[in-house]
Amino acid sequence: MDITILYYLVPSLIMFCCGVYGFITRRNMIAMLISLELMLNAVDINFVVFNRFLYPENMEGMFFTLFAIAIAAAETALAIAIIINVFRSAKNISVSDLSKMKH
Amino acid sequence: MEATIPVLILAIPLFMFLFLGLLGKFMSHKMAGILGTAGMGVTLLLAYFTAYVYFFSGTPEFVDAAGNRLQFVVFNVDWLQFYENLVIRLGFLLDPISAMMLVVITTISFMVHLYSNGYMRDHHGVYEHGFQRIYAFLALFSFSMLGLVVATNIFQMYIFWELVGASSYLLIGFYYVKPSAVSASKKAFIVTRFADLGFLIGILILSYYTGTFSFTDLTSVNVATDTFAVNLGTADHIKNIFANSAVPVFMGGSVLTWALVLIFMGGMGKSAMLPLHIWLPDAMEGPTPVSALIHAATMVVAGVYLVARLFPLYLMETTALEIITVVGAVTALYAAMVACTQLDIKRVLAFSTISQIAFMMVSLGVARPEFHEGLGYMASMFHLFTHAMFKALLFLCAGAIIHAVGSNDYTSMHGLRKHMPVTHITFLIGCLAIAGIIPFSGFFSKDEILSSCLGHGWVPYVWMSFVAGLTAFYMFRLYFLIFWWKEHKVPQGHHQPHDQAWPMTVPLVILAAITCVAGFIPFGKLVSWDGVSYDFMAHFDWSVASVSLLVAVVAILIAMKMYMKENPLPEKMRNALPALWTWCYHRFYWDELYMFITHKIIFNGICRPIAWFDRHIIDGTMDGFAYVTNKASYAIRGLQSGKIQMYVWVYLIGVLLLGLVTAICLL
Repeated sequence: MDITILYYLVPSLIMFCCGVYGFITRRNMIAMLISLELMLNAVDINFVVFNRFLYPENMEGMFFTLFAIAIAAAETALAIAIIINVFRSAKNISVSDLSKMKH
Repeated sequence: MEATIPVLILAIPLFMFLFLGLLGKFMSHKMAGILGTAGMGVTLLLAYFTAYVYFFSGTPEFVDAAGNRLQFVVFNVDWLQFYENLVIRLGFLLDPISAMMLVVITTISFMVHLYSNGYMRDHHGVYEHGFQRIYAFLALFSFSMLGLVVATNIFQMYIFWELVGASSYLLIGFYYVKPSAVSASKKAFIVTRFADLGFLIGILILSYYTGTFSFTDLTSVNVATDTFAVNLGTADHIKNIFANSAVPVFMGGSVLTWALVLIFMGGMGKSAMLPLHIWLPDAMEGPTPVSALIHAATMVVAGVYLVARLFPLYLMETTALEIITVVGAVTALYAAMVACTQLDIKRVLAFSTISQIAFMMVSLGVARPEFHEGLGYMASMFHLFTHAMFKALLFLCAGAIIHAVGSNDYTSMHGLRKHMPVTHITFLIGCLAIAGIIPFSGFFSKDEILSSCLGHGWVPYVWMSFVAGLTAFYMFRLYFLIFWWKEHKVPQGHHQPHDQAWPMTVPLVILAAITCVAGFIPFGKLVSWDGVSYDFMAHFDWSVASVSLLVAVVAILIAMKMYMKENPLPEKMRNALPALWTWCYHRFYWDELYMFITHKIIFNGICRPIAWFDRHIIDGTMDGFAYVTNKASYAIRGLQSGKIQMYVWVYLIGVLLLGLVTAICLL
């Protein structure tokens, strides 16, 4: 059995849609953050796969993914710090209840 | 001639202005007065020395082998260089009229500096508020006026011309808490600025066609041949430019005529010629010594000086000279008639100044080289000189009287001769001089003017002789009403009026002495339009002299009959010609006419619509933009719900739609 590009892209697409769905439906900020990470990882998979199948002689996609993972880690740390602060001041991390800053 | 002394003549007053202006408040009043007077005294000596060297040293810089006087540029530095041909220079030009003006300005200015020491105090010797300020401004004025007369080019003259206007503004508005002084200073500034607009346009036209600002290039008659020598060919070149038929003609006048008339308009503003005279009577709101210096002796003759400076150009285009003659003659009669009815002593003197300056203008206007080698030019400069002395004398006397009585109105004076003998005698000398009684200086200069008028035609001669008679009449009306008429009544609680302290009396005596002897100066030998020495006593016309003397004596006798003792004659005269008297008393309603034009026509007709347009159309458009933006943002602010998942939904749907549209388009 030959493993084609679709074997990678379909799971990645499913991951991405799960991420979008989770981001839209979950009210909990931590859950939203996890959904966000799912979307990001789906994109990372795409980078690696396209690099592997389209330009196997080059490594840019791989490196890009490494950078994206590092930055995503930093971003997650930041987001969690913000969430902790929001929780401290509002005793709540549900986005539907946090609408003080509107208008 | 070395440049040191000329530079100092300009630098000392400028330094005194900065010094007293910046540091004046840190020194005592007395100190400021002494320093200011001393600074002017040094300038006076330097100016006398310069004039003496110019006129009498006989060095070849100043006078050629045939005895003709030359123009000499002491220094001329590039000040603003725009490009190769357009350079504005500042320099120091010595020629007969600038040397004479150096003497006039420094003499009067020094007298006024000295006099102000006494005038700017009250009867108890307490100095007025702003005493140091007046010395700073007087120094600024002296600097600007000296810079004006020694200008080497017309642009330098324009710069200093504006500076004298600015210092005049500052000095008229010296009592800035008085609303009348504030409005008078604004009026003077606006009217003269309006006239200077014409002057500037004239300068631009003239320099556009001639390609030069320099007076020596524009008018050179005889020029010294040294390092600063100008090419004598340029003068001929300028004549050729205007003789060229290719030069355009505008509304029937050649370019030169228009340029000269516009330049004369600047002179009309500064010299208070009809119809731009309205600022001068109001300018009397300033302190009296200031009126003596600026509004009688020096600044107001700047217009005459300007025409004299460009006289060779005016000779090329006699239409402009005819205009000057007419304007001068009308102004002379108008001002003399008004002066006969005014009650304020300083206003009489102001109108008298206007009338006398008009004499000088007429004299320039009728001057032609064909008649007595340009006698009118010499007469005008001579009258400028003598008038500066006796008019400053009269103003300073008026200041002494006002200081003693405490009012400008001479209904509160009368019979002062016994109380103020020195002022009385010096004022009488001034009146005799302005009336043209031999041997006082005014006789000689006015006689020269009348002779040159006669050389031009009968009409100007008769006209100006009549005005000379009126001059004698109104001056003696003033004199008799102040010093005779009836016994002086001292109001309750006032001091007896008396002669003032020496700083005020000494200038009166000095100026009176100059007025007595200045007529005997052989002026034609010193000043003439082309520098050629001219002996006017050889051409002295005794018939003209005796007629003018007779007219003056008759006028004085009439004034004596009417005003020496209290009598009902003036009242009867007034009732006999009520319309004439009213018109004269209200200065022929010129101020009202100006009020009508400015308020009714310009303000209501032009300014208000423009203001309305600005407020409603221009501001309205801008306000409209702001309003629409504001409303629109209020309308859509509900979109910022703060529900982050809603944003994502919208975004997602948008992306999908876009993708759909793109896919449809591609397929």
